[in-house]
Amino acid sequence: MALYSDKVMDHFQNPRNVGKLDDADGIGEVGNAKCGDIMRMYIKVDNGIITDCKFNTFGCGSAIATSSMATELIKGKPIEEALQLSNKAVVEALDGLPAHKIHCSVLAEEAVRAAVKDYYDKNGIEYNPDEFQLHDCEHCHD
Amino acid sequence: MFVYADNAATTSVSKTALDAMLPYLTTEYGNPSSLYGFAQHATEALANARATVAACIGADPKEIYFTSGGSEADNQAIISAAKAGARKGKKHLISTKFEHHAVLHTLKKLEKEGFDVTLLDVHEDGVVRLEDLAAAIREDTCLVTVMFANNEIGTVQPIAEIGALCREKGIPFHTDAVQAAGHMPIDVKAMNIDMLSMSGHKFHAPKGVGVLYAKRTMPIFNLIEGGAQERGRRGGTENVAGIVALAAALKESVDNMEANTAKIIPMRDKLFAELSKIPHSKINGSLAHHVPGTVNMCFEGIEGESLLLMLDANGICASSGSACTSGSLDPSHVLLSLGLPHEVAHGSLRLSIGEYNSMEEIDHIIEVVPRVVRYLRDMSPVWDELEKGRRPHLI
Repeated sequence: MALYSDKVMDHFQNPRNVGKLDDADGIGEVGNAKCGDIMRMYIKVDNGIITDCKFNTFGCGSAIATSSMATELIKGKPIEEALQLSNKAVVEALDGLPAHKIHCSVLAEEAVRAAVKDYYDKNGIEYNPDEFQLHDCEHCHD
Repeated sequence: MFVYADNAATTSVSKTALDAMLPYLTTEYGNPSSLYGFAQHATEALANARATVAACIGADPKEIYFTSGGSEADNQAIISAAKAGARKGKKHLISTKFEHHAVLHTLKKLEKEGFDVTLLDVHEDGVVRLEDLAAAIREDTCLVTVMFANNEIGTVQPIAEIGALCREKGIPFHTDAVQAAGHMPIDVKAMNIDMLSMSGHKFHAPKGVGVLYAKRTMPIFNLIEGGAQERGRRGGTENVAGIVALAAALKESVDNMEANTAKIIPMRDKLFAELSKIPHSKINGSLAHHVPGTVNMCFEGIEGESLLLMLDANGICASSGSACTSGSLDPSHVLLSLGLPHEVAHGSLRLSIGEYNSMEEIDHIIEVVPRVVRYLRDMSPVWDELEKGRRPHLI
């Protein structure tokens, strides 16, 4: 069996929404270069709807594919819905990931939330900070 | 175009090796331990293979033990030296930080059993210093094991000098020559090597067969009990066809070494020259001490696994020392041992070429790699920050 599903390979080789948004309303960056993956997510918000979304990713095949899939899953959706995006949903949409690559999907979920948090911060929208906690990267390298 | 540039991982079986082994799978399938004349053909083939291998490295046939591969040979050499040392109260072993895991994991196991292990630095250039070794040697040192050439970066160690120092101090010296055998001249006597490991599939023999050379005076203990094969040092019916192929492939490689090297070096040098033009790239390991075919470089701002997948999509087989390809959270211990930061080590690429590669294939690699690096950098937030000066370039 190949390392990745056809869907992962498709999103890796033909990533959707790759690039930057110069007029982004929110930018979220998660990950750590030391760990080998960083995702940056750009969102454009209009009337509570994510009208556009782009990403930049430094990382392995699955990091790029999960970023790409995450942008597809939130584009055109209300912010509240985007915040419900779970890493599990990203994995399922990609027809699965190898066990040691699941953390890439966690990063994708967190990148979306980090972008929304940035949008909230920039627009003075109140939120519960507990809902925007990121997983701790440091424990990977003790 | 399909380009196999991962010859340090494994090689194809040569026609010579295949032709040599086939009869021992089909018509000459006797068990070398059997008495009847039919099986004697296999017995003779085994003896001839042993003599051939011995001649290729300047050893005596009685000093050649066939194994399942390089890892088994490494395990057996190190464990044997440790056992023999322990009997004399010597429980200290010296090696290097960038050995193959077959060596490092065996040493780890011995540490848990109460042995002391010193791992020598390999410095930025990937070469062990003789003075570091001299300083590490103790009264109770029972083995020095230093690889002949590194599998990831291709740097060659001062084996003859290490051998001479160990001989002077009366300490057994083992070398993992898996990446060197068939590619570089080896003379166990002139280099004062007491034990040496090699693996057939790195020089166009099949997988699953290797060699442990052990000087006659070296005590060798079994890893596998079960019979009188290999002079009682390794139980189990011999892999006759594999052994015959290994001997044929090694002889072929040694006989053609000069011509092969002359063919490989210009291809390797072209790779180094052209790929070095990629901005913020770095060659890993000293080029002054190098096996012919291995090229290891880092490209800042990208990650190795995605680089390999993109190369694969362009028909190129290569490898990387990034965490994602090493199956752990950290990049390769070899690259870290050179002092490379994690961020840089993640973006490593190993191309290992052989005499079966052509200049057209090298040109294909040279066309594809810069394009793929550029593509991945374009989507990399790390590269973006490097370019904007928000993150300092490390290479």
